[in-house]
This record gives sequence, structure tokens and C-alpha cells, in this order.
Amino acid sequence: MDQPEQNVVTNTQLPKSQVEMTPGTPAVDTPDATVFDAQKVSCYYSSFRAVTDVSLSIYEHEITAFIGPSGCGKTTVLRTLNRMNDLVPGAHVEGDVKYRGASLYHKDVSPIAVRRRIGMVFQKPNPFPKSIYDNIAYGPRINGQHNKGKLDEIVERSLRQAALWDEVKDRLKASGLGLSGGQAQRLCIARTLAVEPDVVLMDEPCSALDPIATGAIEDLMRDLKAKYTIVIVTHNMQQATRVSDRTAFYSVLRNEKSDTRTGVLVEYGRTEQIFQDPRDSRTQAYVTGRMG
Amino acid sequence: MAVVAGQQQVDLREAKGWRRTSNRIVTALMVTAFVVVLIPLGFVLVTTIAKGASIISWSFLTSGPIPANVAPANVGGMGPAVLGTIEITALATVLAVPLGILGAVYLNEYGGKNWLAALIGFFSDVMTGVPSIIMGLFIFSIWVVHFGFSGLAGAFALGCLMLPIVIRSTYEMLRLVPNTLREGSYALGASKARVTMTVVLPAAIGGIVSGALLAVARAAGETAPLLFTILIVTAANPNVFSGANTSLPSQIFVNASSPYTGAQDRGWGAALTLIAICFILMIVARLVTARFARYSR
Repeated sequence: MDQPEQNVVTNTQLPKSQVEMTPGTPAVDTPDATVFDAQKVSCYYSSFRAVTDVSLSIYEHEITAFIGPSGCGKTTVLRTLNRMNDLVPGAHVEGDVKYRGASLYHKDVSPIAVRRRIGMVFQKPNPFPKSIYDNIAYGPRINGQHNKGKLDEIVERSLRQAALWDEVKDRLKASGLGLSGGQAQRLCIARTLAVEPDVVLMDEPCSALDPIATGAIEDLMRDLKAKYTIVIVTHNMQQATRVSDRTAFYSVLRNEKSDTRTGVLVEYGRTEQIFQDPRDSRTQAYVTGRMG
Repeated sequence: MAVVAGQQQVDLREAKGWRRTSNRIVTALMVTAFVVVLIPLGFVLVTTIAKGASIISWSFLTSGPIPANVAPANVGGMGPAVLGTIEITALATVLAVPLGILGAVYLNEYGGKNWLAALIGFFSDVMTGVPSIIMGLFIFSIWVVHFGFSGLAGAFALGCLMLPIVIRSTYEMLRLVPNTLREGSYALGASKARVTMTVVLPAAIGGIVSGALLAVARAAGETAPLLFTILIVTAANPNVFSGANTSLPSQIFVNASSPYTGAQDRGWGAALTLIAICFILMIVARLVTARFARYSR
């Protein structure tokens, strides 16, 4: 049962730096390359500080899971990784997020160029009210690809990658809105893959799906890992253990004096370590189910 | 579930009492209101068809000039007025619909909560309530006194009338487009203009088109804005950009106030013609909406 109130960690002061944030130990753990490097990232919605001082690194060809109770800011952090929060009026970010060495929030950076490389799959499947074919071809088209043969190839390749080709190959001209929830979500994944991104961000991609569809998407994520870097927000801890290489546990921190709440990163490490040998008592309480 | 022996069966019938009575009273009131609304509509249609149908013929719709009021009913036709209505309304549509749609796109997609968008939205709503004859006087004072009467001036006046309707209906349709669709497009690296052109407008196009056609039908039936802008003439004027013109509503106005039965009969014919034109536009609106909404189910 979800009992978010119990998840609120009380503290009279916001932490300066929450936990020693050296993800993993390089000696036993040699990731390919760092894709994201966040340093002391705080996210605000107008004056509300949703997330405070998050620092973590995300590595190439890994699946990184963000877990934690509702309101802990995991989706907010995810959305800062491709500047999706720019679209929310009043949202701004402090601190630095480096993507392959470049500061994402530098004033010369175009959010369009960022999102072209860092795609996103949303909680609720959001196919466009267009045909299945046009849904997939949308991304390549806005990036200037209008060659019919090339588009056909991209559509087939993307649908195959998303394990949807066999189910829809005979009705590519049908509306994308006619698909079932699981199919629609795989369509959205295929649409994201069609622009050949470097990173795929997934915001609770299975929360609207049944266990069979969820299984299909998880298999898909494991396949995609070879080619892409994936960051997933999930409320489902089994899902995090099933698919992810690394897990970041976020929690809510309440300042009793000012009665404000903010999300913090409590612990980040290899998934086995987070679930079997958590170093923070809050992580332990959460992953063992004593909270939430 | 099986009923346990000896257990009293649950009574699932509707409970008697005030709740049931009030439910029935309100239902009866709603049905009455619906019928009351239908009665005037039915009378208008039946009367117009009864009095106008006999005079309508191909030559009534196409021939001109419009005969003098004293002429008997079987002489001449409303051709110039049909032509004038079609060309003036079409020109007004070309002027007002694109501008209105772009205005609504600005209000909903670009303006957000800034003061300019708030101001435009407010005055657009105020404009909806401005009496149509004021639009005619406005165009008369800024255009007609300098350039004379013309179909174009009439189109300006009708356009002023249509603009706030198009802005409001388009704005409401754009608001209905879920934000998740915009985000899906942004996440693929689309610019704001792309998102608007390729996702938001196509998703809302059905509603936008039907809103625009409703505005067109409204404008086609207006007399007041045309009184001071096109004058009312009897001869056909195919040149919409210069010279006085005429329209069906204007002719209905003239003929209905005439004492001659021939003129009155032609007025009924013109009224039926106008209703038919609006009816056809509505049907086209429905078909177009259905056509564009193909992918939204």
C-alpha cells in the first residue's frame, strides 16, 4: 500500500550535500563512458524548489532507474536531462548538467538540438492523431528526411526494434489511436527510436500497462541497451531490479520550520547494491517495503 | 452470488419518495424546453418553405436584374443577390478565417499569459458582443467615405463580424489539444512552429473548420453590416472590388418592407434560398469535420 506520508523524511535543515555521491567504485565497476554528469542540480517551479542538490553520473549502454515515493522529484530530474522542463512556465534549473561534456543549460545550447539526441517516452502513451506510419515518420520528417524509400526503411526498422512490426505491418495506414495501451506505448518508443537518439528517457513507461505489456516493454529495454543509454523513472521496484544496472533512490525532505518540501537524491549505486546492501537507512526502509 | 437460504432479498428497486418525484419533474421540464425550442424553428422552416418554395426556380436563382417592387411575382429573379452573397461572403471568409486562426494560435500557443495576449483575448471577446450595424458604420467611416461602396467594403464589415467568432472557436479547439501531444513532438526535437503546424493544428482541424464555417454561415445571413457598405442595387455586379452590390439578406429587407405582393413573394424566395445556402454550408461543415477527424478515433 502506498502511504506517502510515512516516506517523508523530516529534517530541520535542507542538506548541503546529501550523501557522498560517488556512484559505484571504479575499481570493480568500469562503465563505458559517462553520458550525463549532474552537479548540484536544483530544480524550481517558480519559487517552489522541487529538487535540491542532485549530483549523479549516468553511464553509456546502461539502464539507470530512478525510484522513490511520489513527489520526490524523480520525474523532474529526468525532465531536466533533455530540457523538457523548459516547456513548463516558471521552471528553472540551478547547478550544472553535462551531457557528454557539454553543459545542457549553457545559453548557446538549443533545446531542439538537445531533444533530437535525447528522446523521451512518456507515462501515458501519446500517439499523434495520425496514421501509424506517419507517427513513426514524424521525427525523421521534421529533421528533413522526405525520401519515401528511406522513410519506409526507418519505419520498418523502428517498429521492429520496438517489437511492434509484426502486429501492425498490415495496417500502417490505420490511426495510431486505434492501438491498445501496450501497443501504443511501443509505438511511442518506436517513434522515439526513429530519430536514432543517443539516450532514451522513460517516465514511468509501464504505469498504464498490464503485466504482459509491461513484460514486453522490459524485454525491449534490455534489447535496446546495446545501442542506447536508457534512464527510466518507475514506481515499480521489481521493475527496477529486473531491468536496471544502476538505481538512484530519491526521497522527500521536509523542512519543518518553513513547512516546505523538496526532493533529494538519497543514494545512488549499482542496482544489486541498492536493493541488497543499501547504505542509507531511508533506502533500506523503502526497498524493503517498510515505507511505501 | 447465490442468495443464502432464509436471507432476505435485497430491494434494488428505485426508492419511492421525493427523489423519484423530483427526477421525473426535471425530466419532464427538459423535454418541454426541448419542444419549446423546436416550435419556433419548425414554424420558421415551414412558413418559409410554404411561401417561398413555389417561386424558386433556376431562373429565379440566376436571372437579373432584380425587378422593381411593383413587378408581379413571376417576373425576374434574385440572381444578383445570390451572386453578391456568395462573392462577398467568400471574400470575407478569405480575409477573416486565416487571420482569426493565426490570432488564436498566437493566443493559445505563443502568448501564454503575457499582457498582449490577455489584451487581444479580452478585446476579441468584446468584439463578439458589438452589434453588427456598428461594424457597418465603422467600415463606412474608415473605408466607404474614401473609396465608395463596394463588395469589398461589405466583406470588410462581415470579416470584422466573423473575426472574433473564428478566434474564439479556434482558441477553444486548440485548448482541447492535450499537452502530452505537444510534449511528444518536442521530445523528437521539433521547434515550436513545427509542433504547432504538424501536431496541434492537425489535431484540432476538425473543430477549427466547423467553427469557421459556422462563422461563415452567420456572416452570410447578416444585413446590417452591409447597409452602409455595399448599398443595395438591383443589377448584378460581378466585380466585388468596386461599385455598389447587393446580397440576399439586403433584398429580403427591401422586399419584406414593400407593399407589393410580388415583391413580398420574391422576398420569401430569397429567404428560402438563404436558408438553403446556410443549410448546405452546415452539411459541408459536418462532412469536412468528419473527414479531418479520421485519425482521432
